[in-house]
Amino acid sequence: MAEHKLHPENWIDLYADYLFNYAVARVSDSEIAKDLVQETFFAGLNSAKNFKGDAAERTWLIAILKRKVIDHYRKINSKKGKAEVRISYNTDSDTDGDWLEEQVADPFSRDGDNVLENEELGLALQECIEKLPKKQAQVFKMKTIQGMSTEDVCNELGINPSNLWVMIHRARTALMGCLNENWF
Amino acid sequence: MKISCEEASHICTKSQYDEASFWEVLKLRLHVLYCKTCAKYSKKNSKLTSLCDKAGLTSLSDDDKECMKRDLEKRL
Repeated sequence: MAEHKLHPENWIDLYADYLFNYAVARVSDSEIAKDLVQETFFAGLNSAKNFKGDAAERTWLIAILKRKVIDHYRKINSKKGKAEVRISYNTDSDTDGDWLEEQVADPFSRDGDNVLENEELGLALQECIEKLPKKQAQVFKMKTIQGMSTEDVCNELGINPSNLWVMIHRARTALMGCLNENWF
Repeated sequence: MKISCEEASHICTKSQYDEASFWEVLKLRLHVLYCKTCAKYSKKNSKLTSLCDKAGLTSLSDDDKECMKRDLEKRL
């Protein structure tokens, strides 16, 4: 197996979005997620000497981020503990049905599965985007994720529309191939 | 009215962002009628669009990334 080495100078370009999506899915607040990602990079830098090289850089950073997310929840929970706790079986009374029986989880609901599946999909997509040539990835993200107009993207990158479409086209074809095994 | 497969696939990509013109879309539709390969490609391309929507990806803004980079470089 190839020896893995850390390259902190590339971290943000390569992993910031991946880590950010991972964090947003867990804390559902983009400001907090951003801070957690930032802390993750700092922590990674501080403990770089502990990096043994037996995992890929990203896996290692995700492991740190996981701890940061847990710490975040510990912190807000310890604040909660000091508040008064009241327990009632029906907290928001405007939901339908006053009887306990009407409020049990619907056993046929697959909402939870969907959430998990979408998150997995997001990470898979992100991984595939990372494999694209840098310029293609950039154009694809601007167009698809940030939803920028063709004109804006062209102005910002100094390319013409036909260039842009060729890049998008190549990126999409590559992504289809990359996602092929599991998602099509 | 006839277009090549290459042109068809490019129009197909454009149409994923609703940026293909009416005539282009018409030409693509016609092409897809008799070209199985492009029909398959179009289907996959639309599926990719719906997957991207479903994944609800977000990304950090360039400003945020620049900030992070500066902070990180200070500690390097």
